[in-house]
Amino acid sequence: MDYIIVLILQVLYSVASLALVCAGLAVVFGMMRVINLAHGEFIMLGGFTTVLSANAGVPLMIAILVIAPLAVGIAGYLIERLVVRHLYGRMVDTMLATWGLSLLLVGLATMVFGNQVAGVAAPFGSVTIGAYGVSLYDVFVIGITIAVLVASYFVLAHTNLGLIARGAMQNPEMASSLGASPARIYSVTFTAGAALSGLAGGILAPLSGVVPTMGAAFVAKAFITVITGGASILTGTITASGILGGISTLTTFAINPVIGDVALLLTAIILLRFLPYGITGRFFRGAN
Amino acid sequence: MSISENHPHSILSVSGLASGYGNIPILSDISFAVADGEFVGILGHNGMGKTTLLRTLMGHICSTAGVALFNGCNLTTLVPEARAALGLGYVPQGRQIFPALSVWDNLKFAALSSGNEDDAKLAEVIDIFPRLKPLLSRQGGVLSGGEQQLLALARCLATTPRLILLDEPTEGIQPSIIEEIADTLKDIQKKHHMAFVLVEQNLEFIRALSERVLIMQKGCIVQELTSEDVIKTDLVHEFSGLA
Repeated sequence: MDYIIVLILQVLYSVASLALVCAGLAVVFGMMRVINLAHGEFIMLGGFTTVLSANAGVPLMIAILVIAPLAVGIAGYLIERLVVRHLYGRMVDTMLATWGLSLLLVGLATMVFGNQVAGVAAPFGSVTIGAYGVSLYDVFVIGITIAVLVASYFVLAHTNLGLIARGAMQNPEMASSLGASPARIYSVTFTAGAALSGLAGGILAPLSGVVPTMGAAFVAKAFITVITGGASILTGTITASGILGGISTLTTFAINPVIGDVALLLTAIILLRFLPYGITGRFFRGAN
Repeated sequence: MSISENHPHSILSVSGLASGYGNIPILSDISFAVADGEFVGILGHNGMGKTTLLRTLMGHICSTAGVALFNGCNLTTLVPEARAALGLGYVPQGRQIFPALSVWDNLKFAALSSGNEDDAKLAEVIDIFPRLKPLLSRQGGVLSGGEQQLLALARCLATTPRLILLDEPTEGIQPSIIEEIADTLKDIQKKHHMAFVLVEQNLEFIRALSERVLIMQKGCIVQELTSEDVIKTDLVHEFSGLA
């Protein structure tokens, strides 16, 4: 019984951390159709911001929940204004530009922080369930992910800002004919996506440590999950994270982490073979 | 008011307007004016530049020469949303409603985009289009073509425009709804003293509504017909490609 509880917690944690890593990418790709290959580096920036802030004496929760998303959100805003804005509608050019940006950010981080792992201790300690110890920070990650997804759903589905964003996403030219500014909406969307990536980096920093090249570990899984999720941003992210994260974790428990990653990839390939528009493209059309 | 006359009561005054796609010129030396509250039709064969003219006026295609004054402001330097903010409305060919938004959200989007957060304005608009009332919670994409056209018109009205650019509103619509649209447009013009520029291939529709009809050929306005001329079937057929 103890093992089952620990296993369930681990699956939930894996699903939550995958959804958290995907959230920023899902917002940017899902709403703007921009393939941001620097997404992993936004997570890395969030991680470094958290570690630096915490080491400078800022309370860890403030560093994770406020400073990391704020700093990466500002960086995202500037990057959108200076780079991405000029490439809308040119998918390949955007990919190349954000890939270059990714290399630049990794290079800058390596130059400033060195190629070594920086980190902070995970707060909250742990509890014992039978013969097993469970980190309370893992439970925090599950809780904060649910909070982020619920808040994102609320903003998208029940606020004027969300309505304008959803309309502009569907038909930017018509949106502008009605008086909405697609450029401003894209700017806000990219900034929000970057802030979510920064938050993910901040939350994961105490668990994984922070290193300039850490983004590469996240970006592939995040893209696979977002593409498998399909057109609906939140529903797609949640369902794909649930399926892929769950299968990956259970396989990891049963065999080893490498086979867990292989299982994730194979599941995504099978799903996309039968659901070429992703899970939500088939089952949840029109959902958020 | 003649084709190029810049009347002091013109809400829209276009002079020497030119535009095209890339290096391919489509419109050249377009000049006409629309008075406040006037209904002007534009007629021409397919491919003569009628839709391009409306898209250029709305700012979706950059003009390469000329001036378009709307209520005294030069439109040609403005982005589409700034033109909409001045009171220029646009109902494009094919309706272009937001398919995954409900009817209510389509209308709300338009009201919010024009800076109106008060639902009372939307209630007024829905009263003009009673057929939309039972459909408010339905997604735009599942409506019939006629219902979508009514929604596109209602959505445009929700932005409180002073002049509406209408691009083939009867295309693919059943006759009963075409009559309803014509009656509604007449009512709106009378009650709100709103101006319209209507591009249309449906002769009955354009006759029923337009006070003047401009004829387009090869990207130019070549002739203006009065409402009396519009009744002369042979003349209109010559320019509409239906002869």
